[in-house]
Amino acid sequence: MQMLQIGLSHYLAVAAILFTIGIFGIFLNRKNVIVILMSIELILLSVNINLVAFSVHLQDLAGQIFAMLVLTVAAAEAAIGLAIIVVYFRNRGTIAVEDINVMKG
Amino acid sequence: MINLTPVIPELVLACGGMALLMIGVFRGDGAMRSVAWISVLVLVVAGIASGTLSSDRQVVFGGQFVTDAFAQFAKWLVVIGAVFGIAMSLSYNERHEVARFEFPVLIVFATLGMFMMISANDLISLYVGLELQSLSLYVLAAFRRDNLRSSEAGLKYFVLGALSSGMLLYGASLVYGFAGSTGFDALAGVFKTGSGPSIGLIVGMVFVIAGLAFKISAVPFHMWTPDVYEGAPTPVTAFFALAPKIAAFALFMRVLTGPFGPLVAEWQQIVWLLAIASMILGALAAIWQSNIKRLLAYSSIGHVGYALVGLAAGNETGVRGVLIYLAIYLAMSAGAFCCVLAMRRGNRMVEGIDDLAGLSRTQPMVALAMAVLMFSMAGIPPLAGFFGKLYVFLAAVQAGLYALAVIGVLASVIGAYYYLRIIKIMYFDEPAESMDRPVGREIGAIMAASTLFIVLFFVYPSPILNGAQTAAAALFAG
Repeated sequence: MQMLQIGLSHYLAVAAILFTIGIFGIFLNRKNVIVILMSIELILLSVNINLVAFSVHLQDLAGQIFAMLVLTVAAAEAAIGLAIIVVYFRNRGTIAVEDINVMKG
Repeated sequence: MINLTPVIPELVLACGGMALLMIGVFRGDGAMRSVAWISVLVLVVAGIASGTLSSDRQVVFGGQFVTDAFAQFAKWLVVIGAVFGIAMSLSYNERHEVARFEFPVLIVFATLGMFMMISANDLISLYVGLELQSLSLYVLAAFRRDNLRSSEAGLKYFVLGALSSGMLLYGASLVYGFAGSTGFDALAGVFKTGSGPSIGLIVGMVFVIAGLAFKISAVPFHMWTPDVYEGAPTPVTAFFALAPKIAAFALFMRVLTGPFGPLVAEWQQIVWLLAIASMILGALAAIWQSNIKRLLAYSSIGHVGYALVGLAAGNETGVRGVLIYLAIYLAMSAGAFCCVLAMRRGNRMVEGIDDLAGLSRTQPMVALAMAVLMFSMAGIPPLAGFFGKLYVFLAAVQAGLYALAVIGVLASVIGAYYYLRIIKIMYFDEPAESMDRPVGREIGAIMAASTLFIVLFFVYPSPILNGAQTAAAALFAG
């Protein structure tokens, strides 16, 4: 039996699936804001897989540099997101998604 | 040796922002006013530095960063928006016990991010600039941290902003993979020579456009705008309506006409749809609002739609129209938010439209300014708002987009209803309890300046028109 070769399209498929899970995690989740934060991380990770896979495929370093910058910014983003969630929790006493409704929109 | 001259404005902002942080740390929150005025100084110096640069196209940092007449024009608008934002916040922050020195410093850093966005010439620098801007703005939205509405606005803005950044990035990764480069110049070259774009590239481009449409709050990516505008502290809302919108629009124009320029046939349909949806929703949804900040949020969605009409034309005339529109929009929004900031009763902000009742008798000057601004937003000649709409619709008609121009005119007629309703409430309704006086020096000055600009624009429009013309030409020269 021939071994399955893992190529660019497999990586792209994984990234696309992760990205979709992340988007659905944001919109279908009714429980907890932390889950949204995790979904955002998932989206950024799917982007990184894409970038690194393309970078290897194209034999071009720019994609990996881009991935490093995405990692750094994702860390900063998570820090600010958590800080805002803490502030919100202090005011409201809950971070359930369905309770974030002081303003209707 | 790297040529650092083109990045002097950004260096001024970065070094200035960090120096201001040091001043703030050592002197404490008592230094809020001095830090704020030094921030204004830093911003103005950066604006002047950007203005005195040669207006020729210069590319530095290995193609990451570009400066040209377009960047100069957009940076001037952003600087004006940021200065207004700081000036409006001073007395508000003191009254609401959030007079912290971080506020002006965050605005300086957000402005630095906007400068980077305007000058981005690569998907990487685009992303880094955009995030520097967004991260500062998330914090600003939640700046009144003891206030539930403000923190909810920050949370909503963060979640949807991060989602939009994720979509933009996913698109950027696809574009990079299928075109083989992240540089705007290289991308434009690839698209020009290739035999039609691949499906991966189109998907990538759509994601990038969706991410940017979030940032300019075009329908159907507008859902965060009303909530964030209502919940955020009023000076922050004003700042949101002024500077980030202009910077994101400049970036949108650069991306669509630069790297994606050869794909104009593909993106024109998307922009067409965004423009129509934004104009219609902006006109209709505002009618039922009772909160003035929410109403201005829908009004700004509508204005984004009109500006997109110019972009949909996809040529130099269209971009010129958009730039003129943005300059006029800056003045109109600044004035309108000053009027909202003047709405105080018993030292508390009031935000209901009904609270404006009879303002013409209790505060005639504010009512007059608000009336002029509302007439201008509705697009009634000879006020500036009319000319803004005229130039974008003219560009659309010249490009053969008749349906877009007709729908735009209809939407602005519908939109006129709620602008005129505000004027009717101010002038013909029985006065409510009178508002606090005086409105404050900075607010009064900005209100007067923007109203005068709106009224007198038609007398001497050439500086704005010529500036926009040169800027648009620079965008299409490269």
